[in-house]
Amino acid sequence: MRPLILKDIDDLIIGSLGIVAFISFFVGGVVAIQTSLNMTSPLMPKYLVGFATRQSIILEFAPTFISIIMAGKVGSFITSSIGTMRVTEQIDALEVMGINAINYLVFPKFIALTLYPFVISIAMFLGILGGLMACVYGGYGTMEDYVEGVQLDFIPFHFIYAFIKTFVFAFLLATIPSYYGYFMKGGALEVGKASTTSFVWTSVLIILVNFLLTSILLG
Amino acid sequence: MIEVKDLKKSFGDTQILKGITTSFEKGKTNLVIGQSGSGKTVFLKCLLGLFEYESGSISYEGKNFSKLSRDEKTNLRSEMGMVFQGSALFDSMTIAENVMFPLRMFTKQSKSEMEDRVDEVLKRVNLDDAHKKMPSEASGGMQKRVAIARAIVNRPKYLFCDEPNSGLDPRTAIIIDNLIQEITEEFNITTVVNTHDMNSVMEIGEKIVFLKNGLLEWEGSSETIFRTDNEAVTNFVYSSELFRKVRKMYLEESD
Repeated sequence: MRPLILKDIDDLIIGSLGIVAFISFFVGGVVAIQTSLNMTSPLMPKYLVGFATRQSIILEFAPTFISIIMAGKVGSFITSSIGTMRVTEQIDALEVMGINAINYLVFPKFIALTLYPFVISIAMFLGILGGLMACVYGGYGTMEDYVEGVQLDFIPFHFIYAFIKTFVFAFLLATIPSYYGYFMKGGALEVGKASTTSFVWTSVLIILVNFLLTSILLG
Repeated sequence: MIEVKDLKKSFGDTQILKGITTSFEKGKTNLVIGQSGSGKTVFLKCLLGLFEYESGSISYEGKNFSKLSRDEKTNLRSEMGMVFQGSALFDSMTIAENVMFPLRMFTKQSKSEMEDRVDEVLKRVNLDDAHKKMPSEASGGMQKRVAIARAIVNRPKYLFCDEPNSGLDPRTAIIIDNLIQEITEEFNITTVVNTHDMNSVMEIGEKIVFLKNGLLEWEGSSETIFRTDNEAVTNFVYSSELFRKVRKMYLEESD
């Protein structure tokens, strides 16, 4: 089982770092620029750019929107890889050998995705860093103002809230795509359809669970 | 020996198997033939325990499969080898890893012992130098031979093959057929092959079971199938010009 878990960590976690880093960095920059451009009143302090970027990234962008992106990348990969195994009778081959195919295929993905908070931590860090870069090098504010804003009114529970969501989303990312892959019927066309359906339902559930958890934890 | 009694299987309202009774002897290559949609694959998957059946029984050496405990079923499955129609090799593993897979799952052999066994079976199927290739790099015939190697690596008592030579050229198909027959005799195992290839019937059919619309229509051997008067069998067997000529030749010889 260990080689399978390591392979899934490589496919699902390590393989996602590039796209997550790229998106987080530039979205962080865009959030900082947009915030700065919309602060037209001279009475509003400049450090609010850093504050708003931090709150947006930690509370919503990193845990929720990166998870929706991951539903597309990782979710589709899980559904199509398990679905292709179903279509090409590889799952039947496992069952003929007396192997519990669900355990063999889904459990390593579930374990691999327990490292998902690591991905989200990187997204948080790079999002805030991207905001800093855009703010300073774009001429929207000074580094001191931005850093002051990032440190302003820091509430540790926001991190706990973000990582509770992350763990729940990791569970959804491992289970829903696996379900659609494992129980699919048909041929190659159906593998594509199952991947799309799994992405849609994973995204819908992430949004609904996000609303529910936010109401419970922050409401 | 595998004994099947009054096997029935439905999907929803459609009854696929309508009460099949037959037996497959040890050390023989048993063929299940019939047109597409006759229930061959469903029958084979019931034998393997991949499909639950409504009624009837399947016994392996007198043990009723459906009455076995989960552990007993797992033990029995470790004695089965299966060659799927599309080979069903694991894409992410090399050919050697594919063949080693059942050993890793079911035995406690050391890595060197497993490697020796993999070398042995790959040599047996004439693939001595294919260890590090990925399944996608192998031809259809090679993939079938790897699937056979994987099926026999654990020294099974039962070998099942679902249309093992479909999609292969006639020469490679004969090589695969002969390989299955040689392995059956060499290891004295019970082999059941699903096919609608009449060349296979002529080459390796020691016992032949003909299915039609989910019923056992006829059973016999590769010799008797060319002499039977059963209309369904003759329509199936002599659907090609080649076999109509073969029949004519048989009848002229017997006259």
